[in-house]
Amino acid sequence: MDRKIRVLVAKPGLDGHDRGAKVVASALRDAGMEVIYTGLHQTPEGIVEAAVQEDVDVVGLSVLSGAHMTLFPRIVELLREAGVEGMLIIGGGIIPADDHEFLREKGVEKVFTPGAPTSEIVDYIRSWFEKRKTV
Amino acid sequence: MDLIKRFRKGDRLALARAITLVENGMQEGRDLLDAVHPQTGKARRIGITGPPGAGKSTLVDGLIQSYRKAGQSVGVVAVDPTSPFTGGALLGDRIRMQSRWADRRVFVRSMATRGSWGGLAAAAADVIELLDAFGKDVVIAETVGVGQSEFDVVDAVHTTIVVIVPESGDSIQVMKAGLMEIADIFVVNKADREGAGDMETGLGAMLDMRDREEDWRPPVLQTVATSGEGMPTLIDALAQHREYLAKESRIEEWERKAVRARIVSLVHEELRAGFWKQGRQARLEQLVGEVLARERTPGDAAQALFSPA
Repeated sequence: MDRKIRVLVAKPGLDGHDRGAKVVASALRDAGMEVIYTGLHQTPEGIVEAAVQEDVDVVGLSVLSGAHMTLFPRIVELLREAGVEGMLIIGGGIIPADDHEFLREKGVEKVFTPGAPTSEIVDYIRSWFEKRKTV
Repeated sequence: MDLIKRFRKGDRLALARAITLVENGMQEGRDLLDAVHPQTGKARRIGITGPPGAGKSTLVDGLIQSYRKAGQSVGVVAVDPTSPFTGGALLGDRIRMQSRWADRRVFVRSMATRGSWGGLAAAAADVIELLDAFGKDVVIAETVGVGQSEFDVVDAVHTTIVVIVPESGDSIQVMKAGLMEIADIFVVNKADREGAGDMETGLGAMLDMRDREEDWRPPVLQTVATSGEGMPTLIDALAQHREYLAKESRIEEWERKAVRARIVSLVHEELRAGFWKQGRQARLEQLVGEVLARERTPGDAAQALFSPA
């Protein structure tokens, strides 16, 4: 049986807008991935618990409220505390270019900003998955 | 093996990984299932099925809350369809199951139906086994009821709840969908909408007319899952069905039936997987051409696949 890429698409924090997250979720599904969508207003703890239980390969976080500098690192930290290894964490939303380096240092491997074609996200996840598989 | 040890210690990361291995049909997963088999058979197993949008996930959330209040641990496997076109799936059942996200004694896993060669039944039943072996007091399996995959899940649970809504049409529609035969409990959800009473009466009449081998007449209940209305009645009905099964060695009968169905399903899976190896896929393409050229009939072609090329 073929191995499916499992992705958790989550929206931490308080912003009430998930059009982008849904567009990305459907694009990933259309690319043949299994996408678990959690809905709006998730706490970092809730997202981490979902990632653990669903044993996903990738966690995609979307934040539009500007709270990414605290929420993203917090989620990465909680995932490490939970003992999760080898999961790809990526982010999306309205995130200034100046913040990308900091987030990468904190463990968010790649940030996609509005206007990024969904195919770019699909390709990024696929190539990461291929590389990991061969390790 | 390290994973089995961690599984036995109650490490939920090990449970999550075990499910992945089983889902992907890995040998490691099979080994783990074999190793923990002696620990299975303790959980109360509940199935919940019905058309998309009927409110299954919200009802499951209500069940989780009720059982947690009674001090029981809960495992859930929620199955959603895989797209036959892309092979992908969007699994959104967690959205409605969030009241206990921080509760370590609740474990929810989303599953996609995956391949068209069946296998869902086998994999979902395996996940139920794993949650049982992990020590969950209650295991709930949620599937979309469209007249296929849910039947196999039915074999793996003690009690099947069929959820419909007042808009599901009249009771004839429910009979058509084949849901009549699998329900131990009927729930008319979204009962605050018009037609709930008619649905309940219509279904009840149908159920009374049917010849039944069993003495259990499935109750028809009304709920409003979003507000929790009717939830205590549903919990009662579940308890009654459990008591019913406990009498006159019905539970032993159920177990025999469940195990038999499980073995048969594994045999079918094995046959199916084995059949399409041995170059038959290529032979199939060739036969399709011959049928299109009107040199063979489809039935002829199917027979040809069974004989050595």
